[in-house]
Amino acid sequence: MNKEITKATTLSSTDEFIKGLWKENPVFVQVLGMCPVLAVSNTAINALAMGLATAFVLIMSNSLVSLLRNFIPKEVRIASYILIIATFVTMIDYAIQAISVELHKNLGAFISLIVVNCLILSRAEAFASKNTLGKSIMDALGMGLGFTLGLVSLGLVREILGSGAVFGIPILPENFQEWVIMILPAGGFFTLAAWLLVFNLYKQKRNAL
Amino acid sequence: MTDSTTIAPSNSLKMLRAMAGIGVLCGLLIVLTYEGTLPRIELLRAQALEEAIFKVVPGITQMQAYTYKNNAFVPAEETDLDVVYAGYDSEGAFKGIAIVATGQGYADVIKIIYGYDPEKEQVVGFYVLESKETPGLGDKIEKDPTFLENFKGLDVTLNADKTALKNQVITVKKGTKTNAWEVDGISGATISSRAIGEILKQSTSEWVPLIYQNKTAFKSRGNE
Repeated sequence: MNKEITKATTLSSTDEFIKGLWKENPVFVQVLGMCPVLAVSNTAINALAMGLATAFVLIMSNSLVSLLRNFIPKEVRIASYILIIATFVTMIDYAIQAISVELHKNLGAFISLIVVNCLILSRAEAFASKNTLGKSIMDALGMGLGFTLGLVSLGLVREILGSGAVFGIPILPENFQEWVIMILPAGGFFTLAAWLLVFNLYKQKRNAL
Repeated sequence: MTDSTTIAPSNSLKMLRAMAGIGVLCGLLIVLTYEGTLPRIELLRAQALEEAIFKVVPGITQMQAYTYKNNAFVPAEETDLDVVYAGYDSEGAFKGIAIVATGQGYADVIKIIYGYDPEKEQVVGFYVLESKETPGLGDKIEKDPTFLENFKGLDVTLNADKTALKNQVITVKKGTKTNAWEVDGISGATISSRAIGEILKQSTSEWVPLIYQNKTAFKSRGNE
């Protein structure tokens, strides 16, 4: 964690943003928050909504934790973070219900489970509690979008193969036999494994150069 | 955690202050959001129900909620829980009743709404309001076209003295439907499709005789 602190303080705000998207992508590199990644990435729209909801919670909780970082005694920090995170999750839960009943029906229990998404807690603990508001927001933006990107990458693949559609619009010919397994939980594991393979192959290749 | 040595242990008051402060702040935020979104959420829920009612009773443009009180159907008030929805076409003619029913599915409770036409003595429409059935298998009850075809004219005729169904609704194995009161099941969603049959059986045995006996109660809409 010492390394994390020194590294965090030397990076500029833009770098804080970029690192979440690519170098420390929460899904493909850190492999954090796998529960929603596997569960709600069965269609691209669910993945997008879940990603954005998580990003919102991440940004808000990072901001508040960063603002209150000198006010929260370290003995009660985890309890405080959970309280803050749970509040924003409840807020986004109501907001999603207000946007669309259908969407809320699809995301179901996984919205409430954002509370225990380790990505959010880890950013609060490892980053926001030690950095300024500006940097914490940039970090949350990067991580949030990186997480959304990861979810949508899975969602697109699973929706195309499992339902022959992209964002609910059919793109494959009528006679395409849908791979039901891709919509089922197992499909999430297959797709995640395939993406991790791609990422690691790319990393290996670059390191070899 | 190398910084733990540099920070002195906080006293209880500080901890209490932090937790209580954050608690109050969070509570306030939640209450504000709840109050802010509640009207819209209720509106959307009511809209979703209304859309479903229009789906399950074909050809209607208006509706009225009724409840069964003191052996008669009376227009429901907002506090009534056990309500059915009477549907009327643009001329105010009574077309049928939409009934909400629930029952245990494979994963969780399934909530459905179906339309009943007392003239035809048939279930004329069906829609799943809430279900957590397995995606790709059990959730076929929501979209499988051959399964949904069952509910475009499912026989719920009453017996001679109009007190009970002549034949109760039952789900049969896919492809073996021979009678008009049977529901053709789904292979790969056996439990879920049986659950639908069971929910319909329960609900129709309860409501259909009542509605049929009191069907004149719904016919006084045109002058409104």
